[in-house]
Amino acid sequence: MKFDTPAGQNPIDRMQVVGRAHDRLDGPVKTTGTAPYAYEHHADVPNAAYGYLVPAAIAKGRIASIDTRAAKAAPGVIAIVTAADAGPLGKGDKNTVKLLAGPEVDHYHQAVAVVVAETFEQARAAAGLVRVDYARGAAQFDLDDALKTAPLKGGSSDEGSAAPPVDRVGKFEEAFAAAPVKLDARYTTPDHSHAMMEPFASIASWNGDQLTLWTSNQMVNWGHEDLAKTLNMPKEKIRFMSPYVGGGFGGKLFLRTDAVMAALGAKAAGRPVKLALSRPVMANNATHRPATRQRIRIGAQKDGTITAIAHESGSGDQPNGSPETAVNQTKLLYAGANRMISMRLAVLNLPEGNAMRAPGEAPGMMALEVAMDEMAEKLGLDPIAFRIKNDTQVDPEKPERRFSQRQLARCLTEGAERFGWSRRNAKPAQVRDGKWLVGMGVASAFRNHMNMASAARVRLSQNGVVTVETDMTDIGTGSYTIIAQTAGEMMGVPAEAVVVKLGSSAYPVSAGSGGQWGAANATAGVYAACVKLREQIAQRLGYNSADVTFQGGKVSSGNRSADLAKAAQGGELVGEDKIEFNKLDKSYQISTFGAHFVEVGVDAYTGATRLRRMLAVCAAGRIINPKSARSQVIGAMTMGVGSALMEELAVDKRFGLFVNHDLASYEVPVHADIPHQDVVFLDEADDKANPMKAKGVGELGLCGVGAAIANAIYNATGVRVRDYPITLDKHLEQLPAVA
Amino acid sequence: MKAFTYERAKDAQGAARAAAQPGAKFLAGGTNLLDLMKIEVETPAHLVDVQDLGFDKIEETREGGLRIGALVTNTDLAADARVRRDYSVLTRAIVAGASGQLRNKASTAGNLLQRTRCPYFYDTNMACNKRKPGSGCAAIGGYSRQLGVIGVSDKCIATFPGDMAVAMRVLDAYVETIDAGGQRRAIPIADFHRLWGDHPEQDTVLKPGELITAVTLPKPIGGKHFYEKVRDRASYAYALVSVAAVIQPDGTGRVAFGGVAPRPWRVEAAEALLPQGAAAVTARAFQGATPTKDNAFKLPLATRALASVIAQSKA
Repeated sequence: MKFDTPAGQNPIDRMQVVGRAHDRLDGPVKTTGTAPYAYEHHADVPNAAYGYLVPAAIAKGRIASIDTRAAKAAPGVIAIVTAADAGPLGKGDKNTVKLLAGPEVDHYHQAVAVVVAETFEQARAAAGLVRVDYARGAAQFDLDDALKTAPLKGGSSDEGSAAPPVDRVGKFEEAFAAAPVKLDARYTTPDHSHAMMEPFASIASWNGDQLTLWTSNQMVNWGHEDLAKTLNMPKEKIRFMSPYVGGGFGGKLFLRTDAVMAALGAKAAGRPVKLALSRPVMANNATHRPATRQRIRIGAQKDGTITAIAHESGSGDQPNGSPETAVNQTKLLYAGANRMISMRLAVLNLPEGNAMRAPGEAPGMMALEVAMDEMAEKLGLDPIAFRIKNDTQVDPEKPERRFSQRQLARCLTEGAERFGWSRRNAKPAQVRDGKWLVGMGVASAFRNHMNMASAARVRLSQNGVVTVETDMTDIGTGSYTIIAQTAGEMMGVPAEAVVVKLGSSAYPVSAGSGGQWGAANATAGVYAACVKLREQIAQRLGYNSADVTFQGGKVSSGNRSADLAKAAQGGELVGEDKIEFNKLDKSYQISTFGAHFVEVGVDAYTGATRLRRMLAVCAAGRIINPKSARSQVIGAMTMGVGSALMEELAVDKRFGLFVNHDLASYEVPVHADIPHQDVVFLDEADDKANPMKAKGVGELGLCGVGAAIANAIYNATGVRVRDYPITLDKHLEQLPAVA
Repeated sequence: MKAFTYERAKDAQGAARAAAQPGAKFLAGGTNLLDLMKIEVETPAHLVDVQDLGFDKIEETREGGLRIGALVTNTDLAADARVRRDYSVLTRAIVAGASGQLRNKASTAGNLLQRTRCPYFYDTNMACNKRKPGSGCAAIGGYSRQLGVIGVSDKCIATFPGDMAVAMRVLDAYVETIDAGGQRRAIPIADFHRLWGDHPEQDTVLKPGELITAVTLPKPIGGKHFYEKVRDRASYAYALVSVAAVIQPDGTGRVAFGGVAPRPWRVEAAEALLPQGAAAVTARAFQGATPTKDNAFKLPLATRALASVIAQSKA
């Protein structure tokens, strides 16, 4: 199905199954521990041996020698694989850095070897006996130092956020110089770890030259293709399965070393191998959200009209890597005649930087939305009024492109009313509640929506059961449920009656889960397949497919009606199709919008910040399942609290590693950090997006949260911190004296 | 994790004798030791499991204090009615640490013996004199935001990470032990944890095989009890700085700091200045401090955290 004109009325508009708050269909198997995650396919692979990774002990250099004799002689050891005995390996298209070191080491904790043994304990103990001697090489681990000479560089996050090296509209420098009110401020964001609950894990099983891999991956087809490339074998000889994923946040978008090393280990061992990365290895072995150094300049007339806006960002990555596209949203969020964005990319020998939830916008909004708050104060305007003043219904760089839907102003005003924004004291450091300095902050939320081709197959069996098959993944988001709702709506049955099969390369290629594109595109693919199946059903029943309706388990046309099951009595019917997009997202800018409101308390003595209230108002097209969408947004808001207040991979610039590489030292919010969270979805249906009229929401919930918190802290304390995370040490000594 | 042998001790002196052998360690709750064994920071050859030794009661002493068995769990100790009534600084400190699950398993003696949380100690690729004597200290000149500001040495700048011991320090607790020869002694908690000096691998003054049997608390000292723990998140994090304090109605009292030094940091001459306010106390308590750029904030933070306690004591 080609989607190239706005969606007209269609069966989804009935909103009898879609749009309802529906419990997760996979909830019972997950809460009873019977949903097999990547490491747990005991039923399929009862005789797996255990693989354990040997990670590199240096960040940059060469492996001088590896001595595996002691490890090979250790109890239970079956095989050891290093680059020297793995045979020639390719590199996946989506991997910047190869997944097995040797002889060069590209980053700390890059895989050097896998040890396979009869038990997990034996594999782990033997891994500790592998002796590796290294020759350290020259390296750069200091982002600020490297950025001094870093070139301009464009790039794409592959997740809806992209920008050229430099982009200009009008004459920024002249307009900025002439502006009566200006801001020129610098902001930093640190490296972040995905820190998902389920570690990277895979089970590999060979049958001759055929490989079956159970893994934890957000994008089955990307992983499938890159595994084939890495192992230099035809994709058709690999079955790649990822039916349940315990969190990914972008860390599992790509093929990772667990899959490759499980496959190599299984081949060498001559039996299936399961391998999971241990927690302390994950932060440096895998990818991370790169740190940024950002500069924002805004010039405005005294009435608040922005006349000049510039956003520059620098980040670092491995050679041939890509920049964190932190400037992207500044191309689209606010009006202003004279504009400039640019990005620089430094070469660093830290682990590979790559996508993490809302790449680009997440750190970009953490800077831009603080700059807007600072500018509003300079102008003496309410920060909401200042944003609305510079709202735009067209792409500011290409005014002929309208936004398909843009209710940013309504998100801000409706949020303000619900949150009691009028009670905020615009003058900072005025409100006290016992020992707490209390402040409120707001930020816009913005995240692009991406269209991605997505295919599905829908079967109607002879006994009338509707089954959906697609390689879409459910990474904790609720894909199983919304796909069942979509097929249920289309076929006129309850969601519970639909069987949903996901996460296998045997099924049609979907959009996968990433960049908040999963829900809208994968369900649109299911919609397309259901349209095909409906046509076949109508044909089989001899109905005119133009006026057939599917409702209550029945198929009706005019005054004729039949049970759905009857249509397949003569044999199973199968509809398969792919939703494809071409030009609508060129003629329209398709984005999602929102507003984040927070109230914080800052301990007047210790400077520690604790959240008191949070509200997100989102305008993101049709919400397919308000319950799972709300879960996505509150989870994203929680991640925003982490990035505002505590999350930071600490770089050791001498040895080139993230030092705090476990969950005791890389702190993410705990329950006690999260106060009451409210989420409101504005009633919206975006007919330019897809037949579902839905857009993404899972990353919108993150974009802007950090800035809203930063702005609230400023409102509480009067101290502006521009370096995330805003830990107490950064404003402690500027707080009022207490002793 | 290296392979190890295991025995379940039947009596205290036998346990001490078994653990006096080179490479042997006691195992109680295991909440710290087993984690460290998995990443080969700890590589004992032999474990002596002491869980059957009793030591799980809290009894009143003839002096009017409490004798806490070494195996009393953190949960039970914090919840004990006498502790909550007379030593609430201890309850407050314990519940400020770890999580419910860990406190259910962690023992009183084990809590005193928990090892530092310095990230370089945890990474066996990094030099660490505490883990491998003589290998150097990667933390010096590295990422040191959590690390010590006083009492540290040029061999090690780690901290003792616990909360419970900081409260015990203001309560003047004693650590009771038995050794392989059956000798018993009571070590003032002030002397129990060592300053690192040239031997950061030795956390405490315990001799090889010396087994903690109990911690005794002297009779209650009244006053208002506080444990102010400052950290980046609201729970489940080690202290950046903590303050254990008992403040009397006249404004005098006792105060010890956690998260700053190799041991709970109490300077009696400093706490005598409590009536003069927090700044006077910390100026004296942290005289000679050697913070790094990353952790210099701990000094003003200690002052401000103590000021918060003093303000609460007056409320």
